Amino acid sequence: MPATAVVPTRSIRYDARRAGLVTLTAVLVLAVDTSTPAVTAGVVELPPDGPPVLLAERVTVDARAHGELLTPHVRDALAEAGKALADLDALVCGVGPGPFTGLRAGMVTAAALGHAVDRPVHPVCSLDAIAALVPGEPLLVVTDARRRELYWAAYAADGTRSAGPDVLAPALLAERLPELGVARVAGARLGGFDLPVTGPEHPTPVGLVAAAAAALRSGAEPGELTPLYLRRPDAVEPGARKRVTPA
Amino acid sequence: MTIVLGIESSCDETGVGIVRLDDDGTKTLLADQVASSVELHARFGGVVPEVASRAHLEAMVPAVRRAFAESGLRMSDVDAIAVTCGPGLAGALLVGVAAAKAYALALDVPLYGANHLAGHVAADTLEHGRLPSPCLALLVSGGHSQLLKVDDLATSITELGSTIDDAAGEAYDKVARLLDLPYPGGPPIDKAAQQGDPAAIAFPRGLTGPRDARYDFSFSGLKTAVARWVEAEERAARPIPVNDVAAGFQEAVADVLTLKALRAAEDHGIDTLVISGGVAANSRIKSLAGERCAKAGLRLRFPRPRLCTDNGAMIAALGAHLVEAGVKPSSLELPSNPALPVNVVSV
Ligand SMILES: [Zn+2]
Repeated sequence: MPATAVVPTRSIRYDARRAGLVTLTAVLVLAVDTSTPAVTAGVVELPPDGPPVLLAERVTVDARAHGELLTPHVRDALAEAGKALADLDALVCGVGPGPFTGLRAGMVTAAALGHAVDRPVHPVCSLDAIAALVPGEPLLVVTDARRRELYWAAYAADGTRSAGPDVLAPALLAERLPELGVARVAGARLGGFDLPVTGPEHPTPVGLVAAAAAALRSGAEPGELTPLYLRRPDAVEPGARKRVTPA
Repeated sequence: MTIVLGIESSCDETGVGIVRLDDDGTKTLLADQVASSVELHARFGGVVPEVASRAHLEAMVPAVRRAFAESGLRMSDVDAIAVTCGPGLAGALLVGVAAAKAYALALDVPLYGANHLAGHVAADTLEHGRLPSPCLALLVSGGHSQLLKVDDLATSITELGSTIDDAAGEAYDKVARLLDLPYPGGPPIDKAAQQGDPAAIAFPRGLTGPRDARYDFSFSGLKTAVARWVEAEERAARPIPVNDVAAGFQEAVADVLTLKALRAAEDHGIDTLVISGGVAANSRIKSLAGERCAKAGLRLRFPRPRLCTDNGAMIAALGAHLVEAGVKPSSLELPSNPALPVNVVSV
């Protein structure tokens, strides 16, 4: 039975940490991402130091199921972790880049859950969440942007993003590899780059929380929950009126 | 007493409404918040789905916040959530459905996936109370033109007829463009028509021949006829009498809509007609329906204009009917269905 009680006020623990009144305890986080074909929800504990610990996750890889499955996945991951939404200290949401319809399902879900339980929702670039799990040498992260293009970002050896996020055709991205100085590629197994492949294909709950760890630990006010579309909507302004009779 | 939160995002309005259902069945509107993206679509001459979906994502949670502020209720007061799960634009519907599921999980209340078209009919019950059974509903907007037989708003709606091509509102938008009037075309054409002579130009009444479908509509031929007429005048280098064209076009639309609605009422022995949807605010449809219903002895009901266009209040009202009728709630796996048939009131 999923525990779903509502606590109308922010967790005391979290506010106290914000005010610098307590020493750090672990932060309980719900992480969601729908920027790739994976429908991802996970419950993660972030200790005062050290890497995040996964308590439970639900992931289905189906690009058309984001709208249907995300909330059930949240419910089921919480149930398996033995936690209620009211137990959470914060949420983390992948904000893309990602194909638009699926991406929005995750973002509006996170925003609504955060509103309903009055917890902060921290935005994370979804590519950062993949990179966060592959420390070490300079890294390229790519995900499927559809229309034969890739979303991508490059990361330095210390894990900071050095270029991107952006969207490019694989051939054009390949041309930029020497300049980006990356040694490995993570994320979608696409593009056929002449680089060793590593890391997860999709953002994971642990990766999402790792990418937001500093903000979660400091209790900082989250930034705007704004999707990284990277493309303008396909829409053309109508030209001259079409005639129905020959001129 | 049951508090129902309604969420609507099927087209270009992000709507959030709150309705209280009392034990005696009274439904009271407590909040009605709508954020429209109509201005973003104006330069495209029609709703751009991706632009609408982006706007829904931005507007959704703020609209829910405003609805609670307007009602003075707390989130924990909500007993049920209803959301439009179809028909409508796929990407737009998905935003509302995903939000509704998240709120339903967080508040631990039942979720009802509801039909947008039934919502338009339900809107009228907020002002004018329970609908008689059966009644006839004429829905006219940019997205729909339908004639429905409503036996029970929560469980039994039958489509008698619908448009076989353009929706009435679409024809308004296209004719407005022909006449260099702004988008959306309904209000400016209505305004121009009031200065014009509806009998000056005779435009065709689609699908009104003896062998045509009795309750279906067609507005594509009318739109083309207006275009031909305007182009002929342009070729002859005569100025376009915009007001007369608007009046003639509007008369043709209102004539066909009301003619078929009255025909359906008579055929089915129905004594109440409800007209709803964005185009229901049109002055000529109102007046002609009024004249014809009075003559035929039919009761005519219209929601106020604010409730005719897409909004969350109508979905909350439909949700209240679903709760009242004891309809089984939806699962959290509820899909959105852009082509949801009108006879499926809840999913
Ligand atoms: Zn509508």
